[in-house]
Amino acid sequence: MDFIFTKKAKLIFSAFMLIGVIAMVFGYATDVSDHHNRFWANIFVNGFFYFAISLGALFFLALQYATEASYMIALKRVIEGISQYIFVGSGILIIFFAAGSFHLHHVYHWMDISVMYEFVMEATVGSAHPEYIHEMVDGAVKNSNFDKLIAGKSAYLNQPFFWIRTLIYLGVWCYFANLFRKRSLMEDAIGGTKIHFKNMTYAAMFLVFFAFTSSTASWDWIMSIDTHWFSTLFGWYVFSGMWVSFLIVFVLVSIWLKHKGYLPNVNKSHIHDAAKWMFAISFLWTYLWFSQFMLIWYSNIPEEVTYYVIRIDHYKGLFWGIFFVNFLFPMVILLSRDAKRQIGYMITVGLIIFVGHWLDVYLMVMPGSLGAHAEIGFMEVGMALGFLGLFLFVVFRAFSKAPISVVKHPFLDESNHLHI
Amino acid sequence: MKDDKTIYAMYDDDMTLLAGAKDLVAKGVSIRDVFSPFPIHGIDPVIGIKQTRLAICAFLFGLVGLTLALAGMYYFMIVDWPMNIGGKPNNFFYQNLPAFVPIAFEFTVLLAAHGMALTYFIRNWTLPGVTARNPYPETTNDRFVMEIHPSDFGMSVDELTVELQKTGTILIEER
Repeated sequence: MDFIFTKKAKLIFSAFMLIGVIAMVFGYATDVSDHHNRFWANIFVNGFFYFAISLGALFFLALQYATEASYMIALKRVIEGISQYIFVGSGILIIFFAAGSFHLHHVYHWMDISVMYEFVMEATVGSAHPEYIHEMVDGAVKNSNFDKLIAGKSAYLNQPFFWIRTLIYLGVWCYFANLFRKRSLMEDAIGGTKIHFKNMTYAAMFLVFFAFTSSTASWDWIMSIDTHWFSTLFGWYVFSGMWVSFLIVFVLVSIWLKHKGYLPNVNKSHIHDAAKWMFAISFLWTYLWFSQFMLIWYSNIPEEVTYYVIRIDHYKGLFWGIFFVNFLFPMVILLSRDAKRQIGYMITVGLIIFVGHWLDVYLMVMPGSLGAHAEIGFMEVGMALGFLGLFLFVVFRAFSKAPISVVKHPFLDESNHLHI
Repeated sequence: MKDDKTIYAMYDDDMTLLAGAKDLVAKGVSIRDVFSPFPIHGIDPVIGIKQTRLAICAFLFGLVGLTLALAGMYYFMIVDWPMNIGGKPNNFFYQNLPAFVPIAFEFTVLLAAHGMALTYFIRNWTLPGVTARNPYPETTNDRFVMEIHPSDFGMSVDELTVELQKTGTILIEER
Protein backbone atom coordinates (compact mmCIF):
# COMPACT_ATOMS: atom_id res chain seq x y z
CA MET A 1 0.00 0.00 0.00
CA ASP A 2 1.33 3.40 -0.92
CA PHE A 3 1.32 6.33 1.39
CA ILE A 4 -0.17 9.47 -0.09
CA PHE A 5 1.38 12.70 1.14
CA THR A 6 -1.78 14.79 0.90
CA LYS A 7 -1.89 18.45 -0.08
CA LYS A 8 -3.40 19.24 3.30
CA ALA A 9 -0.50 17.66 5.19
CA LYS A 10 1.99 19.48 2.96
CA LEU A 11 0.20 22.74 3.65
CA ILE A 12 0.25 22.20 7.41
CA PHE A 13 3.95 21.33 7.47
CA SER A 14 4.74 24.27 5.19
CA ALA A 15 2.83 26.53 7.57
CA PHE A 16 4.98 25.21 10.41
CA MET A 17 8.10 25.91 8.38
CA LEU A 18 6.81 29.41 7.64
CA ILE A 19 6.40 30.02 11.36
CA GLY A 20 9.97 28.78 11.73
CA VAL A 21 11.28 31.15 9.09
CA ILE A 22 9.43 34.09 10.65
CA ALA A 23 10.83 33.14 14.04
CA MET A 24 14.33 32.92 12.56
CA VAL A 25 14.16 36.31 10.84
CA PHE A 26 12.47 37.98 13.78
CA GLY A 27 14.80 36.24 16.21
CA TYR A 28 17.95 37.16 14.34
CA ALA A 29 16.86 40.79 14.12
CA THR A 30 15.96 41.11 17.80
CA ASP A 31 18.80 38.96 19.11
CA VAL A 32 21.00 41.15 21.28
CA SER A 33 23.29 38.39 22.56
CA ASP A 34 26.99 38.29 21.74
CA HIS A 35 27.58 37.21 18.11
CA HIS A 36 23.89 36.24 17.77
CA ASN A 37 24.61 33.30 20.01
CA ARG A 38 20.96 32.91 20.95
CA PHE A 39 19.91 32.51 17.33
CA TRP A 40 22.69 30.06 16.52
CA ALA A 41 22.21 28.07 19.71
CA ASN A 42 18.56 27.67 18.72
CA ILE A 43 19.64 26.41 15.32
CA PHE A 44 21.81 23.86 17.09
CA VAL A 45 19.17 22.76 19.65
CA ASN A 46 16.65 22.06 16.89
CA GLY A 47 19.21 20.96 14.35
CA PHE A 48 20.61 18.42 16.75
CA PHE A 49 17.31 17.27 18.32
CA TYR A 50 15.66 16.30 15.03
CA PHE A 51 18.92 15.00 13.58
CA ALA A 52 19.26 12.81 16.68
CA ILE A 53 15.77 11.40 16.13
CA SER A 54 16.72 10.24 12.65
CA LEU A 55 20.04 8.92 13.94
CA GLY A 56 18.10 7.03 16.62
CA ALA A 57 15.97 5.56 13.85
CA LEU A 58 19.07 4.44 11.97
CA PHE A 59 20.47 2.84 15.12
CA PHE A 60 17.17 1.11 15.89
CA LEU A 61 16.94 -0.20 12.33
CA ALA A 62 20.48 -1.58 12.56
CA LEU A 63 19.58 -3.15 15.89
CA GLN A 64 16.63 -4.93 14.26
CA TYR A 65 18.86 -6.20 11.46
CA ALA A 66 21.74 -7.29 13.67
CA THR A 67 19.47 -9.21 16.05
CA GLU A 68 17.34 -10.59 13.19
CA ALA A 69 14.25 -9.43 15.04
CA SER A 70 10.94 -10.07 13.37
CA TYR A 71 8.40 -8.19 15.43
CA MET A 72 9.01 -4.73 13.95
CA ILE A 73 9.18 -5.76 10.28
CA ALA A 74 5.59 -4.66 9.76
CA LEU A 75 6.69 -1.19 10.87
CA LYS A 76 10.10 -1.23 9.18
CA ARG A 77 9.26 1.43 6.60
CA VAL A 78 8.24 3.82 9.36
CA ILE A 79 11.66 3.45 11.02
CA GLU A 80 13.35 3.79 7.64
CA GLY A 81 11.33 6.86 6.72
CA ILE A 82 12.29 8.61 9.96
CA SER A 83 15.96 7.77 9.35
CA GLN A 84 15.81 9.54 5.98
CA TYR A 85 15.81 12.96 7.66
CA ILE A 86 19.49 12.34 8.51
CA PHE A 87 20.70 13.93 5.23
CA VAL A 88 18.90 17.22 5.81
CA GLY A 89 19.82 17.09 9.49
CA SER A 90 23.51 16.64 8.67
CA GLY A 91 23.36 19.64 6.35
CA ILE A 92 21.94 21.85 9.09
CA LEU A 93 24.59 20.71 11.56
CA ILE A 94 27.35 21.42 9.02
CA ILE A 95 25.97 24.94 8.49
CA PHE A 96 26.00 25.47 12.24
CA PHE A 97 29.56 24.19 12.69
CA ALA A 98 30.78 26.17 9.69
CA ALA A 99 29.23 29.32 11.16
CA GLY A 100 31.23 28.60 14.29
CA SER A 101 34.41 28.09 12.31
CA PHE A 102 33.90 31.46 10.60
CA HIS A 103 33.23 33.07 13.99
CA LEU A 104 29.65 33.97 13.19
CA HIS A 105 28.79 32.63 16.64
CA HIS A 106 30.67 31.84 19.83
CA VAL A 107 28.79 28.78 20.99
CA TYR A 108 32.10 26.89 20.91
CA HIS A 109 34.44 28.83 23.11
CA TRP A 110 37.41 26.71 22.07
CA MET A 111 37.04 27.70 18.41
CA ASP A 112 38.43 31.08 19.42
CA ILE A 113 42.16 30.62 18.74
CA SER A 114 43.23 33.26 21.25
CA VAL A 115 42.41 31.11 24.30
CA MET A 116 44.97 28.49 23.23
CA TYR A 117 48.16 30.59 23.45
CA GLU A 118 49.89 31.75 26.59
CA PHE A 119 51.71 34.69 25.01
CA VAL A 120 51.07 37.36 22.42
CA MET A 121 53.40 39.76 20.59
CA GLU A 122 52.94 43.09 22.27
CA ALA A 123 53.13 45.06 19.00
CA THR A 124 50.13 43.20 17.57
CA VAL A 125 47.81 43.42 20.61
CA GLY A 126 44.61 45.19 19.70
CA SER A 127 45.04 44.69 15.97
CA ALA A 128 42.69 42.60 13.86
CA HIS A 129 45.02 39.58 13.90
CA PRO A 130 47.22 39.50 17.00
CA GLU A 131 50.19 37.18 16.74
CA TYR A 132 49.88 34.49 19.40
CA ILE A 133 52.79 32.29 20.45
CA HIS A 134 53.40 29.46 22.88
CA GLU A 135 56.78 30.54 24.24
CA MET A 136 58.06 33.69 25.81
CA VAL A 137 60.26 35.64 23.39
CA ASP A 138 61.43 39.24 23.14
CA GLY A 139 58.51 41.58 22.58
CA ALA A 140 55.90 39.11 23.86
CA VAL A 141 53.55 39.62 26.78
CA LYS A 142 51.12 37.40 28.65
CA ASN A 143 47.95 36.80 26.71
CA SER A 144 44.99 37.87 28.82
CA ASN A 145 42.63 35.59 26.87
CA PHE A 146 44.72 32.53 27.61
CA ASP A 147 42.70 29.68 29.15
CA LYS A 148 44.92 26.98 30.57
CA LEU A 149 42.22 24.32 30.73
CA ILE A 150 41.09 24.78 27.13
CA ALA A 151 44.69 25.01 25.92
CA GLY A 152 45.32 21.65 27.59
CA LYS A 153 42.58 20.16 25.42
CA SER A 154 43.84 21.68 22.20
CA ALA A 155 45.26 18.36 20.98
CA TYR A 156 41.68 17.13 20.64
CA LEU A 157 39.63 20.30 20.41
CA ASN A 158 41.17 22.03 17.42
CA GLN A 159 39.37 22.97 14.25
CA PRO A 160 41.04 20.67 11.68
CA PHE A 161 40.62 17.56 13.86
CA PHE A 162 37.07 18.58 14.81
CA TRP A 163 36.12 18.89 11.15
CA ILE A 164 37.75 15.59 10.22
CA ARG A 165 35.82 13.82 12.98
CA THR A 166 32.54 15.57 12.22
CA LEU A 167 32.72 14.79 8.51
CA ILE A 168 33.59 11.16 9.20
CA TYR A 169 30.65 10.73 11.60
CA LEU A 170 28.15 12.40 9.31
CA GLY A 171 29.54 10.78 6.19
CA VAL A 172 29.47 7.24 7.53
CA TRP A 173 26.07 7.61 9.17
CA CYS A 174 24.57 9.05 5.98
CA TYR A 175 26.24 6.29 3.97
CA PHE A 176 24.57 3.62 6.10
CA ALA A 177 21.20 5.41 6.08
CA ASN A 178 21.33 5.42 2.31
CA LEU A 179 22.63 1.85 2.13
CA PHE A 180 19.89 0.38 4.35
CA ARG A 181 17.23 2.26 2.45
CA LYS A 182 18.51 1.14 -0.93
CA ARG A 183 18.81 -2.50 0.14
CA SER A 184 15.36 -2.44 1.67
CA LEU A 185 13.84 -1.23 -1.61
CA MET A 186 15.90 -3.84 -3.46
CA GLU A 187 14.54 -6.54 -1.13
CA ASP A 188 11.00 -5.45 -2.01
CA ALA A 189 11.79 -6.06 -5.65
CA ILE A 190 13.68 -9.35 -5.57
CA GLY A 191 12.82 -10.95 -2.21
CA GLY A 192 14.71 -13.98 -0.95
CA THR A 193 17.02 -14.17 2.05
CA LYS A 194 20.32 -13.02 0.55
CA ILE A 195 19.79 -9.33 1.30
CA HIS A 196 18.53 -10.12 4.75
CA PHE A 197 21.65 -12.04 5.78
CA LYS A 198 24.00 -9.46 4.30
CA ASN A 199 22.06 -6.71 6.10
CA MET A 200 23.02 -8.38 9.36
CA THR A 201 26.71 -7.91 8.56
CA TYR A 202 26.24 -4.29 7.54
CA ALA A 203 24.18 -3.60 10.66
CA ALA A 204 26.87 -5.12 12.89
CA MET A 205 29.49 -2.93 11.22
CA PHE A 206 27.33 0.13 11.70
CA LEU A 207 26.65 -0.67 15.35
CA VAL A 208 30.34 -1.00 16.19
CA PHE A 209 31.06 2.31 14.48
CA PHE A 210 28.05 3.94 16.10
CA ALA A 211 29.00 2.69 19.57
CA PHE A 212 32.18 4.78 19.45
CA THR A 213 31.03 7.71 17.40
CA SER A 214 27.75 8.35 19.21
CA SER A 215 29.85 9.04 22.30
CA THR A 216 32.60 11.05 20.65
CA ALA A 217 30.11 13.04 18.56
CA SER A 218 28.28 14.15 21.69
CA TRP A 219 31.58 15.16 23.27
CA ASP A 220 32.60 17.11 20.19
CA TRP A 221 29.29 18.77 19.51
CA ILE A 222 27.58 19.20 22.85
CA MET A 223 29.98 18.61 25.71
CA SER A 224 32.54 20.97 24.16
CA ILE A 225 30.05 23.84 24.55
CA ASP A 226 30.84 23.69 28.27
CA THR A 227 34.49 23.50 27.32
CA HIS A 228 35.94 23.36 30.82
CA TRP A 229 33.72 20.54 31.91
CA PHE A 230 33.86 16.86 31.09
CA SER A 231 31.96 13.72 31.90
CA THR A 232 32.68 10.26 30.56
CA LEU A 233 29.02 9.30 30.85
CA PHE A 234 27.87 12.19 28.69
CA GLY A 235 27.88 10.28 25.41
CA TRP A 236 25.58 7.62 26.79
CA TYR A 237 23.28 10.19 28.27
CA VAL A 238 22.92 11.94 24.91
CA PHE A 239 22.54 8.58 23.17
CA SER A 240 19.73 7.43 25.46
CA GLY A 241 18.04 10.78 24.89
CA MET A 242 18.19 10.39 21.12
CA TRP A 243 16.98 6.81 21.33
CA VAL A 244 13.92 7.64 23.42
CA SER A 245 13.14 10.72 21.30
CA PHE A 246 13.11 8.50 18.24
CA LEU A 247 10.86 5.95 19.94
CA ILE A 248 8.35 8.65 20.86
CA VAL A 249 8.19 9.86 17.26
CA PHE A 250 8.05 6.27 16.05
CA VAL A 251 5.10 5.36 18.29
CA LEU A 252 3.19 8.56 17.53
CA VAL A 253 3.72 8.35 13.75
CA SER A 254 2.83 4.64 13.72
CA ILE A 255 -0.38 5.29 15.63
CA TRP A 256 -1.25 8.10 13.22
CA LEU A 257 -0.55 5.97 10.13
CA LYS A 258 -2.56 3.09 11.61
CA HIS A 259 -5.42 5.48 12.35
CA LYS A 260 -5.36 6.64 8.72
CA GLY A 261 -5.63 3.01 7.61
CA TYR A 262 -2.18 2.72 6.07
CA LEU A 263 -0.88 -0.17 8.11
CA PRO A 264 -3.55 -2.88 7.98
CA ASN A 265 -1.23 -5.59 9.29
CA VAL A 266 -0.12 -3.65 12.33
CA ASN A 267 -2.08 -4.73 15.38
CA LYS A 268 -2.15 -3.73 19.02
CA SER A 269 0.77 -6.02 19.78
CA HIS A 270 3.09 -4.02 17.54
CA ILE A 271 2.11 -0.79 19.24
CA HIS A 272 2.46 -2.52 22.59
CA ASP A 273 6.00 -3.65 21.74
CA ALA A 274 7.00 -0.18 20.59
CA ALA A 275 5.45 1.25 23.75
CA LYS A 276 7.51 -1.15 25.86
CA TRP A 277 10.62 0.22 24.17
CA MET A 278 9.54 3.76 24.94
CA PHE A 279 8.89 2.83 28.56
CA ALA A 280 12.19 0.98 28.94
CA ILE A 281 14.38 3.60 27.28
CA SER A 282 12.77 6.34 29.37
CA PHE A 283 14.17 4.42 32.30
CA LEU A 284 17.56 4.09 30.63
CA TRP A 285 17.61 7.85 30.10
CA THR A 286 16.63 8.47 33.74
CA TYR A 287 19.22 6.01 34.95
CA LEU A 288 22.03 7.66 33.00
CA TRP A 289 20.86 11.18 33.84
CA PHE A 290 20.86 10.31 37.51
CA SER A 291 24.11 8.32 37.43
CA GLN A 292 25.91 11.28 35.92
CA PHE A 293 24.33 13.72 38.35
CA MET A 294 24.73 11.71 41.52
CA LEU A 295 28.41 10.85 41.12
CA ILE A 296 29.28 14.47 40.41
CA TRP A 297 27.06 15.70 43.25
CA TYR A 298 28.56 13.23 45.68
CA SER A 299 32.25 13.73 44.91
CA ASN A 300 31.74 17.50 44.69
CA ILE A 301 34.94 18.28 42.78
CA PRO A 302 35.00 21.92 41.62
CA GLU A 303 35.98 21.19 38.01
CA GLU A 304 33.16 18.67 37.67
CA VAL A 305 30.30 20.48 39.37
CA THR A 306 30.37 23.59 37.14
CA TYR A 307 27.94 22.04 34.68
CA TYR A 308 25.36 21.43 37.39
CA VAL A 309 25.98 24.59 39.38
CA ILE A 310 24.86 26.86 36.55
CA ARG A 311 21.87 24.65 35.76
CA ILE A 312 20.68 24.29 39.33
CA ASP A 313 21.29 27.92 40.26
CA HIS A 314 19.68 29.51 37.23
CA TYR A 315 17.46 26.86 35.62
CA LYS A 316 16.19 25.10 38.72
CA GLY A 317 12.61 24.52 37.61
CA LEU A 318 13.57 23.34 34.16
CA PHE A 319 16.44 21.19 35.41
CA TRP A 320 14.42 19.20 37.95
CA GLY A 321 11.23 19.53 35.95
CA ILE A 322 12.44 17.65 32.89
CA PHE A 323 13.91 14.94 35.08
CA PHE A 324 10.60 14.29 36.79
CA VAL A 325 8.46 14.72 33.68
CA ASN A 326 10.61 12.45 31.52
CA PHE A 327 10.78 9.88 34.28
CA LEU A 328 7.50 9.95 36.17
CA PHE A 329 5.06 10.27 33.26
CA PRO A 330 6.22 7.13 31.46
CA MET A 331 6.81 5.38 34.78
CA VAL A 332 3.43 5.93 36.37
CA ILE A 333 1.19 6.03 33.31
CA LEU A 334 2.78 3.38 31.09
CA LEU A 335 3.55 0.85 33.81
CA SER A 336 0.50 -1.33 33.18
CA ARG A 337 -0.03 -3.54 30.15
CA ASP A 338 -3.43 -2.05 29.38
CA ALA A 339 -2.09 1.51 29.20
CA LYS A 340 0.49 0.48 26.60
CA ARG A 341 -2.32 -0.85 24.42
CA GLN A 342 -4.45 2.30 24.74
CA ILE A 343 -3.50 4.81 22.08
CA GLY A 344 -4.98 7.67 24.12
CA TYR A 345 -2.44 7.16 26.89
CA MET A 346 0.37 6.69 24.40
CA ILE A 347 -0.38 9.94 22.58
CA THR A 348 -0.69 11.93 25.80
CA VAL A 349 2.51 10.60 27.36
CA GLY A 350 4.33 10.69 24.03
CA LEU A 351 3.59 14.36 23.42
CA ILE A 352 4.54 15.35 26.96
CA ILE A 353 7.89 13.58 26.99
CA PHE A 354 8.59 14.69 23.43
CA VAL A 355 8.57 18.25 24.72
CA GLY A 356 10.48 17.03 27.78
CA HIS A 357 13.31 15.63 25.68
CA TRP A 358 13.43 18.74 23.51
CA LEU A 359 13.89 20.73 26.72
CA ASP A 360 16.59 18.29 27.75
CA VAL A 361 18.60 19.16 24.64
CA TYR A 362 17.79 22.83 25.23
CA LEU A 363 19.28 22.58 28.71
CA MET A 364 22.40 20.84 27.39
CA VAL A 365 23.12 23.65 24.95
CA MET A 366 21.82 26.94 26.33
CA PRO A 367 23.61 27.49 29.67
CA GLY A 368 26.96 26.89 27.96
CA SER A 369 26.28 29.21 25.05
CA LEU A 370 24.19 31.96 26.63
CA GLY A 371 25.16 31.80 30.28
CA ALA A 372 22.73 32.14 33.12
CA HIS A 373 19.87 33.92 31.44
CA ALA A 374 18.61 31.99 28.43
CA GLU A 375 14.88 32.26 28.02
CA ILE A 376 12.19 30.52 26.04
CA GLY A 377 10.40 33.05 23.88
CA PHE A 378 8.84 33.31 20.44
CA MET A 379 12.14 32.49 18.74
CA GLU A 380 12.58 29.21 20.63
CA VAL A 381 9.00 28.00 20.19
CA GLY A 382 8.72 29.22 16.60
CA MET A 383 11.98 27.63 15.52
CA ALA A 384 11.14 24.34 17.24
CA LEU A 385 7.84 24.26 15.32
CA GLY A 386 9.57 25.23 12.10
CA PHE A 387 12.08 22.43 12.39
CA LEU A 388 9.29 20.03 13.35
CA GLY A 389 7.54 20.98 10.13
CA LEU A 390 10.70 20.43 8.13
CA PHE A 391 11.35 17.10 9.85
CA LEU A 392 7.83 15.78 9.25
CA PHE A 393 7.85 17.07 5.68
CA VAL A 394 11.05 15.17 4.87
CA VAL A 395 9.90 12.04 6.71
CA PHE A 396 6.46 11.97 5.07
CA ARG A 397 8.01 12.51 1.68
CA ALA A 398 10.22 9.48 2.36
CA PHE A 399 7.08 7.49 3.32
CA SER A 400 5.40 8.42 0.06
CA LYS A 401 8.33 7.21 -2.05
CA ALA A 402 8.04 3.51 -1.19
CA PRO A 403 5.28 1.10 -0.11
CA ILE A 404 4.46 1.96 3.49
CA SER A 405 4.57 -1.73 4.48
CA VAL A 406 7.42 -3.84 3.17
CA VAL A 407 6.34 -6.14 0.36
CA LYS A 408 8.92 -8.88 0.76
CA HIS A 409 10.94 -9.84 3.79
CA PRO A 410 11.76 -13.27 5.25
CA PHE A 411 10.07 -12.33 8.54
CA LEU A 412 7.13 -10.37 7.16
CA ASP A 413 4.58 -13.12 7.70
CA GLU A 414 5.82 -13.77 11.23
CA SER A 415 5.62 -10.08 12.04
CA ASN A 416 2.10 -9.75 10.62
CA HIS A 417 0.91 -12.41 13.07
CA LEU A 418 2.58 -10.90 16.09
CA HIS A 419 0.59 -11.68 19.20
CA ILE A 420 1.69 -10.89 22.74
CA MET B 1 -23.82 -34.36 41.08
CA LYS B 2 -22.72 -37.61 42.55
CA ASP B 3 -20.40 -38.71 39.74
CA ASP B 4 -17.83 -35.93 40.01
CA LYS B 5 -15.25 -37.61 37.85
CA THR B 6 -12.05 -36.15 36.54
CA ILE B 7 -10.95 -36.87 33.00
CA TYR B 8 -7.37 -36.42 31.95
CA ALA B 9 -6.48 -36.21 28.27
CA MET B 10 -2.84 -36.40 27.28
CA TYR B 11 -1.26 -34.94 24.14
CA ASP B 12 2.24 -35.11 22.74
CA ASP B 13 2.19 -31.71 21.07
CA ASP B 14 1.22 -28.33 22.43
CA MET B 15 -0.30 -27.12 19.17
CA THR B 16 -2.52 -30.26 18.97
CA LEU B 17 -3.68 -29.52 22.49
CA LEU B 18 -4.35 -25.88 21.68
CA ALA B 19 -6.36 -26.73 18.56
CA GLY B 20 -8.21 -29.46 20.49
CA ALA B 21 -8.98 -27.10 23.36
CA LYS B 22 -10.48 -24.58 20.91
CA ASP B 23 -12.71 -27.30 19.38
CA LEU B 24 -13.82 -28.61 22.76
CA VAL B 25 -14.61 -25.16 24.15
CA ALA B 26 -16.65 -24.44 21.02
CA LYS B 27 -18.69 -27.56 21.81
CA GLY B 28 -19.43 -26.39 25.32
CA VAL B 29 -16.73 -28.28 27.20
CA SER B 30 -15.08 -26.34 29.97
CA ILE B 31 -11.48 -27.19 30.72
CA ARG B 32 -10.40 -26.93 34.33
CA ASP B 33 -6.66 -26.77 33.74
CA VAL B 34 -3.81 -27.63 31.43
CA PHE B 35 -0.49 -29.08 32.58
CA SER B 36 2.48 -28.31 30.38
CA PRO B 37 6.27 -28.16 30.71
CA PHE B 38 6.24 -24.61 29.32
CA PRO B 39 3.72 -21.83 28.81
CA ILE B 40 1.58 -22.49 25.75
CA HIS B 41 1.14 -19.23 23.90
CA GLY B 42 -2.50 -18.29 23.53
CA ILE B 43 -3.99 -20.99 25.78
CA ASP B 44 -5.11 -18.59 28.54
CA PRO B 45 -8.11 -17.00 26.83
CA VAL B 46 -9.16 -20.36 25.33
CA ILE B 47 -9.56 -22.15 28.64
CA GLY B 48 -10.81 -19.02 30.37
CA ILE B 49 -7.91 -18.16 32.63
CA LYS B 50 -8.14 -14.57 33.78
CA GLN B 51 -5.23 -12.19 33.41
CA THR B 52 -2.84 -12.59 36.32
CA ARG B 53 -2.87 -10.01 39.09
CA LEU B 54 0.74 -10.77 39.96
CA ALA B 55 1.82 -7.47 38.40
CA ILE B 56 -0.36 -5.52 40.83
CA CYS B 57 1.20 -7.55 43.65
CA ALA B 58 4.68 -6.69 42.42
CA PHE B 59 3.78 -2.99 42.28
CA LEU B 60 2.49 -3.05 45.85
CA PHE B 61 5.57 -4.91 47.10
CA GLY B 62 7.69 -2.32 45.31
CA LEU B 63 5.83 0.50 47.02
CA VAL B 64 6.35 -1.17 50.39
CA GLY B 65 10.05 -1.52 49.62
CA LEU B 66 10.38 2.12 48.60
CA THR B 67 8.57 3.32 51.71
CA LEU B 68 10.56 1.09 54.06
CA ALA B 69 13.88 2.10 52.49
CA LEU B 70 13.15 5.82 52.71
CA ALA B 71 11.73 5.58 56.22
CA GLY B 72 14.68 3.48 57.33
CA MET B 73 17.27 5.86 55.92
CA TYR B 74 15.43 8.83 57.39
CA TYR B 75 15.66 7.25 60.82
CA PHE B 76 19.24 5.91 60.56
CA MET B 77 20.88 8.81 58.79
CA ILE B 78 18.88 11.88 59.86
CA VAL B 79 17.13 11.27 63.17
CA ASP B 80 19.13 8.71 65.07
CA TRP B 81 22.75 9.25 64.11
CA PRO B 82 23.49 11.96 61.52
CA MET B 83 26.85 11.28 59.93
CA ASN B 84 29.14 13.60 58.09
CA ILE B 85 30.15 11.72 54.95
CA GLY B 86 32.37 13.68 52.59
CA GLY B 87 31.13 16.97 54.01
CA LYS B 88 27.59 16.41 52.84
CA PRO B 89 24.80 18.25 54.63
CA ASN B 90 22.98 15.87 56.92
CA ASN B 91 20.34 17.83 58.73
CA PHE B 92 17.57 17.48 56.22
CA PHE B 93 16.28 14.50 54.40
CA TYR B 94 15.83 16.21 51.04
CA GLN B 95 19.40 17.53 51.00
CA ASN B 96 20.68 13.99 51.16
CA LEU B 97 18.09 12.51 48.85
CA PRO B 98 20.38 11.84 45.84
CA ALA B 99 22.57 9.64 48.02
CA PHE B 100 19.52 7.69 49.17
CA VAL B 101 18.13 7.04 45.71
CA PRO B 102 20.32 4.03 44.79
CA ILE B 103 19.49 2.29 48.07
CA ALA B 104 15.80 3.09 47.75
CA PHE B 105 15.88 1.78 44.19
CA GLU B 106 17.66 -1.44 45.14
CA PHE B 107 15.35 -2.12 48.06
CA THR B 108 12.30 -1.50 45.88
CA VAL B 109 13.59 -4.04 43.37
CA LEU B 110 14.52 -6.49 46.10
CA LEU B 111 11.09 -6.49 47.70
CA ALA B 112 9.21 -6.46 44.40
CA ALA B 113 11.18 -9.42 43.06
CA HIS B 114 11.17 -11.53 46.20
CA GLY B 115 7.58 -10.64 47.04
CA MET B 116 6.48 -11.55 43.54
CA ALA B 117 8.32 -14.88 43.60
CA LEU B 118 6.98 -15.81 47.05
CA THR B 119 3.43 -14.81 46.11
CA TYR B 120 3.73 -16.97 43.03
CA PHE B 121 4.92 -20.00 45.00
CA ILE B 122 2.31 -19.61 47.71
CA ARG B 123 -0.53 -19.05 45.26
CA ASN B 124 0.47 -22.15 43.29
CA TRP B 125 1.33 -24.00 46.47
CA THR B 126 4.69 -25.10 45.14
CA LEU B 127 6.73 -24.43 48.24
CA PRO B 128 9.60 -26.73 49.29
CA GLY B 129 8.31 -29.94 50.89
CA VAL B 130 4.81 -29.60 49.47
CA THR B 131 3.56 -32.64 47.56
CA ALA B 132 3.30 -31.95 43.85
CA ARG B 133 -0.30 -31.71 42.63
CA ASN B 134 0.73 -32.53 39.13
CA PRO B 135 -1.23 -35.67 38.06
CA TYR B 136 1.35 -36.82 35.52
CA PRO B 137 5.10 -36.39 36.03
CA GLU B 138 5.48 -36.60 32.22
CA THR B 139 4.04 -33.10 31.93
CA THR B 140 7.31 -31.75 33.26
CA ASN B 141 9.06 -33.34 30.30
CA ASP B 142 7.34 -33.70 26.92
CA ARG B 143 3.65 -34.36 27.53
CA PHE B 144 0.66 -32.00 27.77
CA VAL B 145 -2.42 -32.84 29.81
CA MET B 146 -5.92 -31.36 30.02
CA GLU B 147 -7.98 -31.72 33.16
CA ILE B 148 -11.75 -31.85 32.60
CA HIS B 149 -14.62 -32.36 35.03
CA PRO B 150 -17.61 -33.50 32.95
CA SER B 151 -19.98 -32.57 35.77
CA ASP B 152 -19.00 -28.89 35.28
CA PHE B 153 -21.03 -28.70 32.09
CA GLY B 154 -23.32 -31.74 32.31
CA MET B 155 -21.80 -34.00 29.69
CA SER B 156 -21.53 -37.72 30.22
CA VAL B 157 -18.12 -39.34 30.36
CA ASP B 158 -18.80 -41.38 27.23
CA GLU B 159 -19.83 -38.36 25.20
CA LEU B 160 -16.75 -36.49 26.34
CA THR B 161 -14.47 -39.40 25.50
CA VAL B 162 -15.79 -39.44 21.95
CA GLU B 163 -15.17 -35.71 21.61
CA LEU B 164 -11.69 -36.02 23.09
CA GLN B 165 -10.69 -38.79 20.72
CA LYS B 166 -11.46 -36.52 17.79
CA THR B 167 -8.84 -34.01 18.98
CA GLY B 168 -5.85 -36.31 18.57
CA THR B 169 -5.21 -37.18 22.19
CA ILE B 170 -2.83 -40.06 22.92
CA LEU B 171 -4.33 -41.11 26.28
CA ILE B 172 -7.64 -40.59 28.06
CA GLU B 173 -7.79 -41.53 31.71
CA GLU B 174 -10.47 -41.27 34.34
CA ARG B 175 -9.56 -40.77 37.97
